[in-house]
Amino acid sequence: MAVNKICGVETEYSIIHKGVSDPNPILASSMLITSYVQDTSPHFEKGIADSVVWDFQDETPSNDARGFTPIGSLPPIVETHLVNAVLTNGARFYVDHAHPELSTPECANAMEVAKYDRSGELILREAMNSVKTFLPDDQEIVVYKDNSDGKGNSYGCHENYLMDRNTPFGEIIRHGIAHLITRQIFTGSGKIGCEVPGADPDFIPYQITQRADFFEEEVGLETTLKRPIINTRDEPHADADRYRRLHVICGDANMSEVATFLKVGSTCFVLAMIEDGFIEEDFIFEQPVQAMREISYDLNLSHPILRTTGKSITALEVQRYFYERAREYAEKGGLEYVGGDVGVKILDKWEEVLVGLDEDPLSLHTQIDWIAKRRLLDIFCTRNGLSYFDAKARSLAVQYHDLRDEYSVFNKLGMTRLSDQKSVTEGVAKPPEGTRAYFRGSCLQKWPEQIISANWDSVVFALDDVTVKRVPMLDPLKGTYDDVANLIAQCETPLELIHALDI
Amino acid sequence: MVEKQEYFDSDNESEQTTPIDDVSSKENPERVNTSELSGDLDDLLDEIDQVLESNAEEFVKSYVQKGGQ
Repeated sequence: MAVNKICGVETEYSIIHKGVSDPNPILASSMLITSYVQDTSPHFEKGIADSVVWDFQDETPSNDARGFTPIGSLPPIVETHLVNAVLTNGARFYVDHAHPELSTPECANAMEVAKYDRSGELILREAMNSVKTFLPDDQEIVVYKDNSDGKGNSYGCHENYLMDRNTPFGEIIRHGIAHLITRQIFTGSGKIGCEVPGADPDFIPYQITQRADFFEEEVGLETTLKRPIINTRDEPHADADRYRRLHVICGDANMSEVATFLKVGSTCFVLAMIEDGFIEEDFIFEQPVQAMREISYDLNLSHPILRTTGKSITALEVQRYFYERAREYAEKGGLEYVGGDVGVKILDKWEEVLVGLDEDPLSLHTQIDWIAKRRLLDIFCTRNGLSYFDAKARSLAVQYHDLRDEYSVFNKLGMTRLSDQKSVTEGVAKPPEGTRAYFRGSCLQKWPEQIISANWDSVVFALDDVTVKRVPMLDPLKGTYDDVANLIAQCETPLELIHALDI
Repeated sequence: MVEKQEYFDSDNESEQTTPIDDVSSKENPERVNTSELSGDLDDLLDEIDQVLESNAEEFVKSYVQKGGQ
C-alpha cells in the first residue's frame, strides 16, 4: 500500500578555486562550508546551529536492497572526518568526496522540495560570499549546479523517496526503470557533446541530459562506478520494518524550479502507483542503458525504443501513459500520498509540459532546462558565428549553472518560478512543517548548545554535564508542526522535553 | 488532458532501436529561427556578454571535477 511520499534531494555542486596554481577541491569545499558556518555577519537568518555535528551512527550505505552485496561491487564508504554541518531548516551541508553537497530536509511533497532546493542554492551563494572574506583578493571559490565537467567526470543530484517496505523491490525495478529513463525529456539540463568512454566526444553537438552518458547498469549498489539506473542502497534512515528509502541517482540537477518540481512530483506519483499496483502496462526495454542514452540524444523526441515485445515506443508516449494513469490514480484517492492539492499541481504541470514537448518544445524555454540552454546557445552561437564546440559556447553552457548573483546567466532568462522569494529565503533557517525535519530543525533552533549531534533519524541532547539522551525519530511522518510545535514552545529545557515526550 | 493515443505495439515493423552511432546521423532538429531575433534577445545577449568569463578557453580547460558520485 502506498505511503506518503516524503521526499528530498541531495545535490553535489561542482567547485573551482580561482587564483591558485594547484587547486584542491576537498580543501576548497571544506573552506566553503566552514566559512558559511563561522561567518557571524549574515545578511539573513542562515540556519546555523553552532557546534552541532552530524551523527554517523546509522549510516549503512553498503546495505543492498536485494539482501546481498554482489561480489566485486564497491559499496560507498562513509567519510566521517570531513566537514559536516546540520542546519536549523533540517538540512545537511557537508563535504562529500571532492564536492560540497547539500541535502534538503525531508519534505512532505514535491513543491516543498522545489522550494528547499532553491533555499539550498541561497546557502551555497551565501557560502561563496562568506569564504571571500577569508581569501586573498585575487582568489575566489565558485560553485556550479551541474553534473558534468565535459571531460568524463560526473557528480550527482540524488533524490530520495519514502516507500512501503512491503512493496517487492522487483516491482520498483520493473516500472521504475521505464519512468526514470523516459522522464529525462523534461528533467534534462542539457549538455554539449558526448562523454561515453571511448566515444567521439563531438559526435553529437547537444544532448538532453548531463547524466545519461555515465550509466552502465540497470540495477546495482554503486554510485561512483558502474552507475545503475536503479540504485539498491538499502539505508532507510527510518524504521526498516515499515519503510524503504528509494535512492534515485540518475537525475540531473535542475536550475529550473519547474523541472525540479516535475522531476520529483512525477516520480512521487509513479512510486505511489507502484506501491498500489496501479500500473498495468509493462514497459520492459530490450536495452535500458542504451535506451537511456538514445533518449538523451534524441532532440526530436521521436526515437523509438525497442521493447522486449519486439515493438517500439517513444519516451514521450511512455510519459503520456504514466501521466494518464496518474490522473486516474488521483481520481481514485491517490492524491493523499503525493501532497493532496500539490498532487493536482503536479498533474497540471505534467500535462502542460508533455503537450508542449509534443507540439512545440521551444514554448517551454522558460520552464525546462535543456530547452532554455539550447535556445540560449543557439542565439549566442548564431550572433557570434560559433559552433557549440567553441570554447565560448562551452563556457556559456557551464555558466548557465553559475550560482553567483553577479554572474548568473540563468537569472536573465525569465525562467518560471513556483515559490516566492520570501519563503525561499525563510527556508534557509526554517524547517518544513509536515515531516520529522520540523522536530530536528526546531530543536536545533531552540537548544543549539544542548544538542551534541543530529542525523536523519535521531537527535542527541546533552541534558546536563554527564547525561546524554538520544531521541529516535524512526518515523519520517512524525515530529511535525502539528505533533510537537506546542510541546517545544512550552518546554524551557531539553530535559523538560524528554520528560514530556516520555522517552 | 492529453489526447488519448495508441501507445502500445504499433504495427510499424520497421521501427527498430537505432544503434547509438546512428542517432547523430538523423536529421538535425530545427534550430531557433535566428533571423527573427527580436531586440529583447539582442539585449539579453548584450547582458550575457558582460558576465561571460573573459578567457573562455582557459576557463573551459581548467574546469575539471573529479571524485563525484
